[in-house]
Amino acid sequence: MGMTMAEKIIAAAAGVDKVRSGEIHTVEVDRLMSNDGTTHLTIDMYNTKLKHPHIADVDKLVWIVDHNVPADSPKTAATHKKMRDFAKEHGITFYEGKGVCHQIMMENHVRPGELIFGADSHTCAYGALGAFGTGVGCTDYLYAMVTGTSWVLVPETLRFYLTGRLPEGVYARDLILTIIGNIGANGANYKAMEFCGPGLATLTMSDRIAVCNLCVEAGAKTALMEADEVALAYLRERGREPKALYASDEDAVYAEEYHVDLSTITPVVAKPHFVDQVAGAKSCEGIPIHQAFLGSCNNGRLEDLRVGAALLKGRKVHPMVRFLVVPASQEVYQEALKEGLIQTFIQAGAIVMNANCSVCWGSCQGVLGQGEVLISTGTRNFKGRAGHPDSSVYLGSAATVTASAIKGYITTADTL
Amino acid sequence: METFTGKVWLLGDDIDTDIIIPTEYLALKTVNDMAPYAFSPLRPELAGQIRPGDIIVAGKNFGCGSSREQAPEIIKALGVACVIAKSFARIFFRNAINNGLLLIENDRLADVVREGDTIRVEVNHAIYYKEEAYPIASLPDNLVEIISAGGLVKAMRRRNGLDEGA
Repeated sequence: MGMTMAEKIIAAAAGVDKVRSGEIHTVEVDRLMSNDGTTHLTIDMYNTKLKHPHIADVDKLVWIVDHNVPADSPKTAATHKKMRDFAKEHGITFYEGKGVCHQIMMENHVRPGELIFGADSHTCAYGALGAFGTGVGCTDYLYAMVTGTSWVLVPETLRFYLTGRLPEGVYARDLILTIIGNIGANGANYKAMEFCGPGLATLTMSDRIAVCNLCVEAGAKTALMEADEVALAYLRERGREPKALYASDEDAVYAEEYHVDLSTITPVVAKPHFVDQVAGAKSCEGIPIHQAFLGSCNNGRLEDLRVGAALLKGRKVHPMVRFLVVPASQEVYQEALKEGLIQTFIQAGAIVMNANCSVCWGSCQGVLGQGEVLISTGTRNFKGRAGHPDSSVYLGSAATVTASAIKGYITTADTL
Repeated sequence: METFTGKVWLLGDDIDTDIIIPTEYLALKTVNDMAPYAFSPLRPELAGQIRPGDIIVAGKNFGCGSSREQAPEIIKALGVACVIAKSFARIFFRNAINNGLLLIENDRLADVVREGDTIRVEVNHAIYYKEEAYPIASLPDNLVEIISAGGLVKAMRRRNGLDEGA
């Protein structure tokens, strides 16, 4: 009986030949990402709870200030300072204001075959490069930082066999929201979601990151895609080599198998207040919005900005809508500048912000007031996620969000 | 076998981490400062009503969403004896165990229990409500060790250099 990709990566990290889902193994963690959401808590525990504090391997640590950038209050400034000072003192790789943590990790650090802990739930994005990324809290993070190891329960895997190609005007965001709508917000709880089949080759790296990134919204422990030529080309461009290349064995055992024909996917939105409340975008046509957000680790890449800018060319953002555009990283921002996308956004009346989590984090930029409605490419639409408890968030693709920003109500790009 | 009784607060399915503690309160200094805002988007009065020893009973996928560890810490800070749900989201589950918050899975209780009623919990054995027993699974020994020590850091005392400070 063969192994899944998830099992192979864990077996390698545990230093054993074979693992099975349901087993608990102690593993060596390859990389440890943490951001300003909780790093100050990790530092506090490190400084006060340990008799002999030390870091097992400082080269594994990557710390990224991305959630409240630039600081929006003296309290936030203090947590950032704590993180900055600690990183400097210990020689930890540190980014500030360079973009959303997962985008920075993809651009600069993640390698196929690695087992990566991130103190952020959307760490599962790293599966787009064939790495086992999983979100943990700050105590698990501290333990791995100090010991270099942790325990993992080997997950069962849900296999998504992709065929066909996404139709024109339909995006990876529509695909993953459709899947989450089908399996439910806990449909993959504690499980790995693996994407394979001939349809995978039609997805760009940006598409793949969007798909893997959102799998935690179905409860997944991780998401995985085999690192193929598309992934390896992305790595080569950035001067990195794989740690190891894994593919699931033919006779690997899956908890569930799904066949997804990409050509059948249509534009969808996730309605308030849950990511699995997925409906055809057409069914929400006409719902008035107050704000639109194009950005986040899910859809703030160059490809997404191109989609938005193409729709805005020669058009204007609706006068009653704030349209916030937030590149996922400084690299993305610079490319967008070169291509003239930023100018298009500004001329159309959008507000272009610095690269950070922004509206998706719901506390520093574009916070919603009572009764307001947001359409967003962010990761979540939980009640109160973007501000007031009585505000609402719809999630959709860059195209649906931009079209809605132009019209002032939820609509799809084909109506423009 | 540890046994305790407590008053039930009943919540629904998919209680997410932004419900447990909204982002805007994460900047507060301590979990005790944040605790009054627990569950505020859903039930603003709830945190003030919960008394130490009370029990939260909920539906499926409790704790879904963010990896913010303040979520289980705040529930613990409110003195909640345990959370009983049909299922728990994975990151929350780890974070709760690591902070010594007891979680119990049961897929029937949430459908029958009424808020304000009292239930009795025999850890690793059963929940008793109106003289009916609702069996519960045993937690693996390593998780019991972490919870009973009061969390991962304490449980790892004298192991791997994670000794607790004075």
